[in-house]
Formats: sequence, structure tokens, C-alpha cells
Amino acid sequence: MTEYVVRFIAGGVIVSAFAILGDMLRPKSFAGLLGAAPSVALATLGIAVVQHGPHYAAAESWTMIYGAIALGCYSVVVCHLLIRYRLTALPATILALAVWLAVAFGLLAGFGGAA
Amino acid sequence: MPIELSLSALKQTQWYEYGVRFLLGGLATVLAGILGARFGVSVGGLFLALPAIFCASTTLVESHQRRTKEKAGLSGRRRGREAAALDAAGAAWGSIGLVAFATVFHLTVAASVAGAFVAALTAWAVVAVSAWWLSRKLRIVSHHARRSGHWPPSAKNPRLFR
Repeated sequence: MTEYVVRFIAGGVIVSAFAILGDMLRPKSFAGLLGAAPSVALATLGIAVVQHGPHYAAAESWTMIYGAIALGCYSVVVCHLLIRYRLTALPATILALAVWLAVAFGLLAGFGGAA
Repeated sequence: MPIELSLSALKQTQWYEYGVRFLLGGLATVLAGILGARFGVSVGGLFLALPAIFCASTTLVESHQRRTKEKAGLSGRRRGREAAALDAAGAAWGSIGLVAFATVFHLTVAASVAGAFVAALTAWAVVAVSAWWLSRKLRIVSHHARRSGHWPPSAKNPRLFR
């Protein structure tokens, strides 16, 4: 239980820090870079190294590459849903989650995890 | 357009909006841990790049822009959508940086844990900013080329660029 409380606080603090920085930055497209900041990764990999060692964290970061590629596809789809299909932000970002899941698990099925 | 850091932009954000992002960030990190423990390290790793707070931050960007326009007596729906799309476009370039982060961390963590975090964060910042900068340069070049008519006839068709 303590582990999950630590995860929650560490994740919340790091995500909020990147979000505040993103709020302050202009232009908007540059601030958007922080939407793909490694905030969850920093907290999770830090805990993984302490708990399981560097090899576990290395394996976790390998499949994170698939997740990051999926995030790129997700962002492009969100962009199209907003501009072409004129959806508002909330439904666009929720609907596009299907794309993230499909690409991430597709890459994992195709290329496999780290040895 | 130069990159600016404006503290006054924080006044637009309500206190509960920070709370929502803290909550979502915390929950996403817990979720990554639970999935890693339940389904193995490979599945857990995927969720390190989950767009968990993307929904909240993009919705906030949209609502801030809409509010600003509405204060001026205009409908801000289109402007809000465009601001949210710009934020998403930035995240698309940022995701290239995230690939660099994960790759550098994977390659260096066995040698030095602290060094891996520093190198991976540096790689993320350099690659993300370079990708964003390059995208702007390419857009400016294509804009000038289209205006001066140096594109082939097929490329002048704006429908191809939508």
C-alpha cells in the first residue's frame, strides 16, 4: 500500500510540475511538447530502479518506446478530430485513446518486449 | 515567434484544475505500477507513455481560449478548438523526444542510474525542441514556396495539405 501512495504522490507532483511549466510557455505548439513529457515515466522508472534494479527498469523503458510511438499517433489523431471533424477537446482525446491502445499493443505483439 | 515564459498565464488556471492534473498524474503512475505487477514488465512499460493527463490539459487549453474570446464578446469555440489542436500538434513532436528518452534510458541505465536519468532527460529536451523547431522551419519554407509559386502544380492544390 505504501508503494502505491508513494507512486501516487510522486506521479502527481511530477505531472503537475510539467503541466505548470506548459501553462507558462508560449507559443501553444511549443507548450504542447510538455504534453509528451516523461512525467509518469520519471516517477515509475525511479521506483522500478529502487525496487527491482536497473535491468527491470531497462526492460520497462524498452516497451515505453512503443508507448511513445503510440502517443505520437494519438496526438495526430486528436489534431485531426479537432480540426477536420470539429469535435471538442474532451471527446476527441477520449476517442483517440482507442488509437493509442491499438498502436501500443500492436507494436508489442509485433516486436515483443525486451529480452 | 519567440518562445516566452509568462507567469501571468498561471492566473488563468483555477486551483481545482491543478488538483485534477495532480489526481490524474498520480492515478496514471499507480495504474502503470499495477499493470506492470499484474501483466508483466512489458505491458507496464507501455503505460509509461499513456496520454493520461492529455485529456485534462487539452480540455483546459480549449476552455481558457474560449473564455478569453467570450470575455471579448466573441464566440470562442473555433479558437478554443484550434488552440487545443496546436497543443496536440506540439505533443506529437514531443512524442519523438519521448522515444529518445526511452531509448537513451534503456541503453544507459545498466551503466549508471543517475547518469541514465540525466542523459535521457537531456535527450528528450534536445530531440523534442529540435523536432518542434524543424517543423516550424518546414512550415515557413512551404508557406513561402506556395506564395511565390515555386511548387509543382499538383502541390498548389490546398486540398492535398489539409
